[in-house]
Amino acid sequence: MLTKRIIPCLDIKNGRTVKGINFVNLVDAGDPVVLAKQYAEKGADELVFLDISATLEGRKTTLEMVLKVAEQVNIPFTVGGGISSIEDVDLLLKSGADKVSINSSAIKRPELINELSDKFGSQCVVVAIDAKQIDGQWRVHLAGGSIPTSLDLFEWAKEVELRGAGEILFTSMDHDGTKDGFANEALAKLSTDLNIPIIASGGAGTMQHFVDTFKIGKSDAALAASVFHFGEIEIKDLKAELRKNNIEVRI
Amino acid sequence: MNIVIIDYGAGNTKSVQFACNRLGYNPILSNIPDVISSADKVIFPGVGQAGNAMEMLKNSQLDLTIPQLKQPVLGICLGMQLLCNSTEEGATKGLGIFDVDVKRFSNQKKVPQMGWNTIFNLESNLFEGIKNDAYMYLVHSYFAELGKHTISQTKYGVNYSSALKKDNFYGVQFHPEKSSTVGAEVLRNFLNLGNLES
Repeated sequence: MLTKRIIPCLDIKNGRTVKGINFVNLVDAGDPVVLAKQYAEKGADELVFLDISATLEGRKTTLEMVLKVAEQVNIPFTVGGGISSIEDVDLLLKSGADKVSINSSAIKRPELINELSDKFGSQCVVVAIDAKQIDGQWRVHLAGGSIPTSLDLFEWAKEVELRGAGEILFTSMDHDGTKDGFANEALAKLSTDLNIPIIASGGAGTMQHFVDTFKIGKSDAALAASVFHFGEIEIKDLKAELRKNNIEVRI
Repeated sequence: MNIVIIDYGAGNTKSVQFACNRLGYNPILSNIPDVISSADKVIFPGVGQAGNAMEMLKNSQLDLTIPQLKQPVLGICLGMQLLCNSTEEGATKGLGIFDVDVKRFSNQKKVPQMGWNTIFNLESNLFEGIKNDAYMYLVHSYFAELGKHTISQTKYGVNYSSALKKDNFYGVQFHPEKSSTVGAEVLRNFLNLGNLES
């Protein structure tokens, strides 16, 4: 049976791993290549590298780091941040990234999703969506969550799927950094509405939160950063707990 | 040992190359028929869309070279699918090594299948030392049906061929280069094949 995936996210700025609390007040949490290797050995199913400064400052994700990760790490990884063209993606995939994640560039020019999917296959195109609730509506936000758009989360997610995305990484900005659990209601709706895998992001604090997002949120994968980076949750313990709750995981 | 990874513009060649490096081998990348034909082992990776990949193979005349190969060949993911009779993806004719067709997963399940799933009914020296129900990493929307060349199965809605073998040709739907230490063992077994036989 296909397992649920546990995905540590390594937010990268200036070649170092950081984790924002509601996307501000960054705290340093180590060397990405060393961390990535450790996570692979500890049982992470996949890794995501997000260059969080990339969109805000127009910086490109460093290919050098991607190459080093590809050399040393034997599980799949996704790279996101500042990706806006076929050329960007081509370079990342050639450097050994398995998937790329696009966010603001897809909102600005949705055709990019079609172009990437046609050229490289939908399996390597992850569309990241940051959203928060405004007056009861889930509104998509641009540029690391700093600029609200008029897009509705569920309508945008459907469009993204139709344009050829292979997966959606949904971050609830209302939950991110709170350690209060994932946005399971919205996640369950996404998972039911769409026919591509959904990665839950934002709000992981306890092992029960992961159980809940797989059972109630119907998520296919769960992503978290600080609970893993600071050793608050060990992946081994987490997977044992998930299995105890009859959730299929790779151990 | 002279290992060649076929580099025709539609493969995750870097990841496969690095995985071989981690096992202590130094494969080269090539799309030149003579270089590929004279290798001891050939790895045929592939990601992306089947029709495009087949076009790229034809551009390098590799559609003629590959079926003639006599040394062990390992197709990975789309590489494996292109070694089959045909695939529904873009109604593409394959190289016809493995006598099975490649179909699209039904929408009863999420497509693509993305993540770790088990392989079982293992039937080849490719799986020497690999436990039944080992987890492998898979990403695909199309699958090879079961058939006489099936050497491992995986279940995603249906049971399908997660590995195939015919003579010197091997194919795996999963990504050994991305399937942690278990995947590395499968790759090592493949690279050791000739050595075991001789």
